[in-house]
Amino acid sequence: MLAIERAALTMKTTPVRGHPPQDREAITVIDTLSHLPRPPAAAAELADRFGDLAPPLTARQAALESARCLYCYDAPCVNACPSEIDIPAFIRNIQQENVQGAAQTILSANILGGSCARVCPTEILCQQACVRNNAQECAPVLIGLLQRHALDHAQFAEHPFQRAAASGKRIAVVGAGPAGLSCAHRLALHGHEVVIFEAREKAGGLNEYGIAKYKLVDDFAQRELEFLLQIGGIEIRHGHRLGENLSLSELHQQFDALFLGIGLAASKRLGLAHEDAPGLLAATDYIRELRQSDDLSQLPLAERCIVLGAGNTAIDMAVQMSKLGARDVNLVYRRGFAEMGATGHEQAIAKANQVRLLTWAQPQEVLLNDQGQVRGMRFARTRLDSGRLQSTGESFELAADAIFSAIGQAFDGQALVDPLAGELKREGERIWVDQNLQTSVPGIYAGGDCTALGQDLTVQAVQHGKLAAEAIHTHLMRNAEAA
Amino acid sequence: MADLSIEFAGIKAPNPFWLASAPPTDKAYNVIRAFEAGWGGVVWKTLGEDPAAVNVSSRYSAHFGANREVLGFNNIELITDRSLEINLREITQVKKAWPDRALIVSLMVPCVEESWKTILPLVEATGCDGIELNFGCPHGMPERGMGAAVGQVPEYVERVTRWCKSYCALPVIVKLTPNITDIRTAARAAYRGGADAVSLINTINSITSVDLERMVANPIVGSQSTHGGYCGSAVKPIALNMVAEIARDPETRGLPICGIGGIGSWRDAAEFVALGCGAVQVCTAAMLHGFRIVEQMQDGLSRWMDSQGYQSLADFSGKAVGNTTDWKYLDINYQVIARIDQDACIGCGRCHIACEDTAHQAIASLEQADGTHKYEVIDAECVGCNLCQITCPVQDCIEMVAQDTGKPFLDWQHDPRNPYRVAS
Repeated sequence: MLAIERAALTMKTTPVRGHPPQDREAITVIDTLSHLPRPPAAAAELADRFGDLAPPLTARQAALESARCLYCYDAPCVNACPSEIDIPAFIRNIQQENVQGAAQTILSANILGGSCARVCPTEILCQQACVRNNAQECAPVLIGLLQRHALDHAQFAEHPFQRAAASGKRIAVVGAGPAGLSCAHRLALHGHEVVIFEAREKAGGLNEYGIAKYKLVDDFAQRELEFLLQIGGIEIRHGHRLGENLSLSELHQQFDALFLGIGLAASKRLGLAHEDAPGLLAATDYIRELRQSDDLSQLPLAERCIVLGAGNTAIDMAVQMSKLGARDVNLVYRRGFAEMGATGHEQAIAKANQVRLLTWAQPQEVLLNDQGQVRGMRFARTRLDSGRLQSTGESFELAADAIFSAIGQAFDGQALVDPLAGELKREGERIWVDQNLQTSVPGIYAGGDCTALGQDLTVQAVQHGKLAAEAIHTHLMRNAEAA
Repeated sequence: MADLSIEFAGIKAPNPFWLASAPPTDKAYNVIRAFEAGWGGVVWKTLGEDPAAVNVSSRYSAHFGANREVLGFNNIELITDRSLEINLREITQVKKAWPDRALIVSLMVPCVEESWKTILPLVEATGCDGIELNFGCPHGMPERGMGAAVGQVPEYVERVTRWCKSYCALPVIVKLTPNITDIRTAARAAYRGGADAVSLINTINSITSVDLERMVANPIVGSQSTHGGYCGSAVKPIALNMVAEIARDPETRGLPICGIGGIGSWRDAAEFVALGCGAVQVCTAAMLHGFRIVEQMQDGLSRWMDSQGYQSLADFSGKAVGNTTDWKYLDINYQVIARIDQDACIGCGRCHIACEDTAHQAIASLEQADGTHKYEVIDAECVGCNLCQITCPVQDCIEMVAQDTGKPFLDWQHDPRNPYRVAS
């Protein structure tokens, strides 16, 4: 999730063509980069390089940092948190050495608070709003790291949330990403039975497959999932993909309610010739492979590479390739630094990892060698002319062994092909929902990136899932009372 | 540069910063280090009759702030645990080596004339500059009829002070215990007994914390604890009040006062002097940071005095005493109202919730279009209590602005609303 899609916003005019379902998983790193060498560094050395980007606070650091919180009333940080975590309350609990209480405060608002603590762009959310980020201090309380501290150190003898008495209601959740998991947990809490249908082998969505490895280390997505499922009443069925072997109409008939958290499964295409040539692929595909790899030294290494895009996924891709040992990593964006989706914090990470950030250059042509493999790319130089992006008429070439496209994710139209799906009102390409996360079809709710509501962030998806669960619960219980 | 040298109750010192009678002044080694660091004087840790006291382990505990800063400090240590002979010999040597520094000897012997008559000539023979009578130690010694057990009985204070004045020629400073209802009673007794000065406050009975695992208070001795004496910055407000009480008491007016209690900076010291002190004593701050703190205390005080045009301590000693009065003399018609500097406000909302929940509902929280809040004082509701200014984390963001009420000075004694008003 993150701001992968902020990159998408920057390339709105680019044509979008989702791969046909059967092709999606087929396009793998192995196929398209098999001609590249492997990293020279040993596996252990690579594992070390991919360690925690932001190491956890020590107990002493947490004590000092929590004491900096002013315990604001109507706190701006809470207002800035899409999942409405009571930040002053949990930090005060940490200060009073009540780390369990702190964790429960966080989890009651955001059951994926552990991954949010690691992947949230806090510099544009809670920490930007922190009153200690004012002009006199410029030093916000490190809320993200304190949140991680609480959740890392809390030890619950049993799952901290108890399920309500069984309601007899069954709800289907499509997609086991942050939105779906959050929704499922909240529904289970209210006593409902939940079945999650997930296309992939593992649950977790982008936390499992799409976030830079150094941001979520030690298999955190799976550990968090394990904790979440401890509440009981949630079954995950893998290998079910909407539009392929899962029908919206059938789910709608079989379950009391339905929640769609299907994300943005398709990577935007560049719209250039040779786009499927060996050496060119979506950054998300490479990152997925990297995250699932047990031995990073077996991954193909593009010693010279180009990453297209300006969102956090582009940064994640470039930095990871640099860590693998690439000596020449260029991140190319067609506009300027100010327009980049990646935050200043993310840009700094890129620079610290020897990534060269090139702006005002638009992909023009994929350059191939004799074997038809990527050897580089030609870019047109761009500029703004009366607010419109124009080519200056100049162009230049960059040599590269591989090109990774991170120009944004798009809604996978193939997922909504059955008749009922056709009835879902859309907003742009995404699913329209009201403030209660209900779609235009009664009984069907949706949240996360597949909807047009809110920002494309993990924490936003968690909030959507939670709010949708509450709306579903209210709706089902009202109906039950009426019956 | 301002002249920091003083003459206090006949005792000369190059500066008003003295180390209080406590562990830092227990022996020659420490005292020499203190003098090397620049302290103007030292009150040698309390001497008693042989055999010397015996101490327990452990001895100290603290009241911590959120960042583990020590707000208050507590000890259960007794008077010196070294023999009288060793102490007297060291005092003699140190005074000889450091003739320009004030060296005062703290004493505590049983409340028997013979005991004082015996020890005083021995102390005087060391060449020290004065004696301080320890009538304040609140822990351990009172159980043996000494320390605070004396200080809490005005007759004893007066009697022992008189013995001291008659059996030695040295200036006598009486150190007062704050564990008493009215500090003036003890000060008056010392004054009647002929004391040349009083010093205060000694430590306050305290338990700083309880170990909730072991269910025993701190500091822990085996499986037990006992109350100790509280000092450090937390006690400064109590000490300042007691100093002011004595300074403005007509019965003891003019009696030199040596201020003690939570002094850790030049500003603390200046405040004690403003309320009537001629010298100050420091202990806890030195115990936490070492003797070097006296450098910043001297430097800061003299620069501040220069900025104010004060050439000596006497120029501002007691200058705030006249403005410290009884409640009944305060101007009922004076009115201040809080003013929030919106440019400085960081929007934490603390002023609002403090006023809303616990005071006068005088600060409105106005939600803005972007979800943030703006805080505004409702003048008609504000009583000028200062709570918002105190809870505000931003220095000078909230100002208490005096209002022109158009009303004359009026104190409660003359207020028509007072049924017991003074007839005019």
